[in-house]
Amino acid sequence: MHYSNDLTNTIVALSTPNGIGAIAVIRMSGKETFPIINKCFKGGKIEKSGKPTILYGHIYDQNIQIDEVVLSCFWAPKSYTKEDTVEISCHGSVLIQRKIIALLLKLGARLALPGEYTQRAFLNGRFNLLQAEAVADVIASESEAQLQLALHQLKGGVSGKLKDMRTQLLDLTSLLELELDFGEEDVEFANRDQLKSTVLSIHKEVTQLSATFQYGNAIKNGIGVAIIGPPNVGKSTLLNNFLEEDKAIVSDIAGTTRDVIEDTMVIEGVLFRFIDTAGIRETDDHVEALGIQRSKQMIQKAQIILLLYDNSVGKYYIEDIISEIHLSNKPFLLVKNKSDKSSEAMFDNELSISALHHSNVDLLKEKLIELSGTTASPLDVTVSNIRHYEALRQSAQSLNNVLEGMEAHLTLELIAQELRSAIYYIGSITGEITPDDILGNIFSKFCIGK
Amino acid sequence: MNYPEYDVIVVGAGHAGCEAAAAAANMGSKVLLITMNMEVMAKMSCNPAMGGVAKGQILREIDALGGYSGIVTDKTMIQFRMLNKSKGPAMWSPRAQSDRMLFSQEWRKLLEQTPNVDMWQEMVKELIVEDGVCVGVVTNLGIPYRSKSVVLTNGTFLNGLIHIGEKQFGGGRAGEGAARGITEQLVSLGFVSGRMKTGTPPRVDGRSLDYSKMEVQYGDEDVVGFSYKNIDKPLHQRPCHITYTNQEVHDVLKTGFDKSPMFAGRIQGLGPRYCPSIEDKINRFAERDRHQVFVEPEGWDTVEVYVNGFSTSLPEQVQYEALRKIPGFENAKMFRPGYAIEYDYFPPTQLNASLETKLVKNLFFAGQINGTTGYEEAASQGIMAGINAHLTINGKDPLVLSRDEAYIGVLIDDLINKGTDEPYRMFTSRAEYRILLRQDNADIRLTEKSYLLGLADESRYQRVKEKIAKSEEIVDLLKKSSVLPDMVNPYLLSMESAEITQRTKLDKILSRPHITILGLMDAIPSIHILLQEFEKEFLEQAEIHIKYEGYILREKEMANKLHKLEEVKLPTNLDYSSIKSLSMEARIKLNQIKPQTIGQASRISGVSPADISVLMVFMGR
Repeated sequence: MHYSNDLTNTIVALSTPNGIGAIAVIRMSGKETFPIINKCFKGGKIEKSGKPTILYGHIYDQNIQIDEVVLSCFWAPKSYTKEDTVEISCHGSVLIQRKIIALLLKLGARLALPGEYTQRAFLNGRFNLLQAEAVADVIASESEAQLQLALHQLKGGVSGKLKDMRTQLLDLTSLLELELDFGEEDVEFANRDQLKSTVLSIHKEVTQLSATFQYGNAIKNGIGVAIIGPPNVGKSTLLNNFLEEDKAIVSDIAGTTRDVIEDTMVIEGVLFRFIDTAGIRETDDHVEALGIQRSKQMIQKAQIILLLYDNSVGKYYIEDIISEIHLSNKPFLLVKNKSDKSSEAMFDNELSISALHHSNVDLLKEKLIELSGTTASPLDVTVSNIRHYEALRQSAQSLNNVLEGMEAHLTLELIAQELRSAIYYIGSITGEITPDDILGNIFSKFCIGK
Repeated sequence: MNYPEYDVIVVGAGHAGCEAAAAAANMGSKVLLITMNMEVMAKMSCNPAMGGVAKGQILREIDALGGYSGIVTDKTMIQFRMLNKSKGPAMWSPRAQSDRMLFSQEWRKLLEQTPNVDMWQEMVKELIVEDGVCVGVVTNLGIPYRSKSVVLTNGTFLNGLIHIGEKQFGGGRAGEGAARGITEQLVSLGFVSGRMKTGTPPRVDGRSLDYSKMEVQYGDEDVVGFSYKNIDKPLHQRPCHITYTNQEVHDVLKTGFDKSPMFAGRIQGLGPRYCPSIEDKINRFAERDRHQVFVEPEGWDTVEVYVNGFSTSLPEQVQYEALRKIPGFENAKMFRPGYAIEYDYFPPTQLNASLETKLVKNLFFAGQINGTTGYEEAASQGIMAGINAHLTINGKDPLVLSRDEAYIGVLIDDLINKGTDEPYRMFTSRAEYRILLRQDNADIRLTEKSYLLGLADESRYQRVKEKIAKSEEIVDLLKKSSVLPDMVNPYLLSMESAEITQRTKLDKILSRPHITILGLMDAIPSIHILLQEFEKEFLEQAEIHIKYEGYILREKEMANKLHKLEEVKLPTNLDYSSIKSLSMEARIKLNQIKPQTIGQASRISGVSPADISVLMVFMGR
């Protein structure tokens, strides 16, 4: 996304969705907001005050009245963008919307770029980067759990935890750097076992925090469920059964491969994405080989695998697919459909249902919720941002290298390098760490210097 | 009298000034080096040692750039040690004790042999600045020397004030006068100045010491030295000694605390935390019952001894009495007391990366005037200032070293972006790319640049090219050759390394901790035959490459990532105070420094990653 870096412009845009509604809201923000609106608004007098004001009146293009409107006026810095802002509530006609925006443009405003209001709010100090990312999440949240998570992030959930880790890592690094830079000094160097146990405990914390991502990400992006299995076992029936029952909004989102379709739905407040392949429904003939290959693709894309079959399918065939799933190390459910036709069990741990007759489908949903891991977060803070997750993962990897390096008796500067990169990655999420911090730490704790 | 006109005038002939003069002259500039005392050029005012951790690396960089400090150190050393040998090669740091008097003489000799360097002994009291450009200096006698550029390397001389107990007197060094006038003129031109403090310990008569009560510290058998040129090393070395203070020493010192210029607040300047005075150590680390004292000889032919670790500005009588409580010092005779000195410096955020001042064109600062401490730090700024003065007056782009190229790059980048409140000393931890910045490869990193500038001579350049080619050849050989288990296992066992069970490539074996190329050659005849034609330096270079391979790659990757940020240019007329989401501190600092790029902004102290994100959003990235 390319933003303008000129904060002196006054920007305008339609804030409600495109199209016809009962009313529409046009928002204008920037230094020239009130001078511009004064040139075209007739009604109550707009007077600068600290408080937001609502005014009723009409928008005129010279002598021609365009619409009857309500103005909500916000004075800097008490607005979303922290600039002078006005929200014009007009009638919902597309023509009127366009006419008003065109008029404001003529009077000196500029059309806002996508996301520019939030950019300004950010640049004007409305929130920090972590919060800005969370705001984007609040706006985009589709389920209750998603919203809760975003709101928690907005209050600074993860950053406190990370600050703790940063301090611990800083102390640890100082100990190593002390030995590297001041090896000639008469100071006692850190005990190796103690160092190791400290690294272990930080490593555990970082890993735990990054593990919350699966949960956080699930809440944010939905949990991918692949329904795989041989043809003619009732995959579509099951899917339709789910979808109808929950009366969820079903949307078709084209996947990365053309044949893959995702149907999303909310079960008990958790968003699921059912990954389905359009191309190999029951109509296909030589499906066996192709089916396995498709299954592999779907297993890759999903977080939970739902393997559906019925008694007409050879056991060896199912076992093949199971071993494929095992390779992926992902949680899966063995579901035998058409329990109405044959109740003979094929595997010990299978769940027998009838999609057609809606038997045991609720139980299946419970199992899905269970496997999704959304019932309980392991920590009270949760990582939902992929950038943060990546940074934590890298940091954990570096800490792991520290431990391995100590085990292999690598020289200290290599271990220190790993530790520094662990700190670098955590620092990339929030806060800052510089060599000055490390040196400051050393000088305050150890008597250095000839 | 018509005075000659110069290309570069260097004010001050300390470590910075001498390197600046040599560099500019060797590049072809007509240079005038002005000093208050030609007897003590490149004087080691503090301890008689060069190098050490991080500093040794800097010294080798100076040498690779064609500077003289490494050569002079090699010629005058009385002891050599490679510090940090128990760590990996990136940490190895050469350090030498030098003969203090020889060091000074040798420098002067080299400068006298350098064409284009004129000298003048006098104090400079004023700069000639015309239309914002520095075009010369005026001396105490009123002589106006005109030049195209000026390098100021005033050390501790600007309004220097020496403290011993309650006594204080003007001076740039014990026995030498202070320099006056320049600070006041620069401040009137708009510069900000500050005060710093440093100190030095007493010197004693070595004949009065009982060395049997001290630990002895010998030099290394293998004298590596500093210069990549082959300089003859001393055949024998002088040892140093180590002893310790004790509670009695501390008690005596405490009797002088009420007369301490530091504790009484007479000293305003901030001293270095890593080089505290002995009274500071006792005060801040009260729980420690002893502190190390290094007893360092000052030269081949002198009995004078430097008491390293005992820097103090307490009254001379207290110094004397306390010294005599140290084991081995019971009968010590003092030659000179320790003292503290305060002096003016100019916060280095007022400089460009070339070390030219932002306010006055063609005026360069180097050394302690920029708030640094240490001979090596000073000398490295000197050579850069000399190079850049020459380049600037010839209309060429300055030489700026990046943080992944040299400690010198780290040093200058830190100075101009972060500034410094205490005397700035280099530490390896200040460098992000420590694995790249090693003492063994300073020539590989820098000599080509220096050669292209006309500084490093042809022989240095050919030598580096050979080093690169040969070490690559060796790495290749090691990657291609393999050994069988029974050939190498006895050696591996003797090094406490796990045995191999099948034919293994030599580079794999060499990448193990504690396994060395020379060890392998000694243990296995066929490897000896394979590698015997190569010089030891090339073999070591290849070994380091193999041992560090993955780490070197990673640091290079990291460095490249950051170089991308250097490509995002920031408008220099940007008013940062208008960006409200920047932290208050960042707004002030950014307005002050006006960084050229986002990369540079990211290194300004007080500018956090969050601020950088704001700038990125602002710049539309």
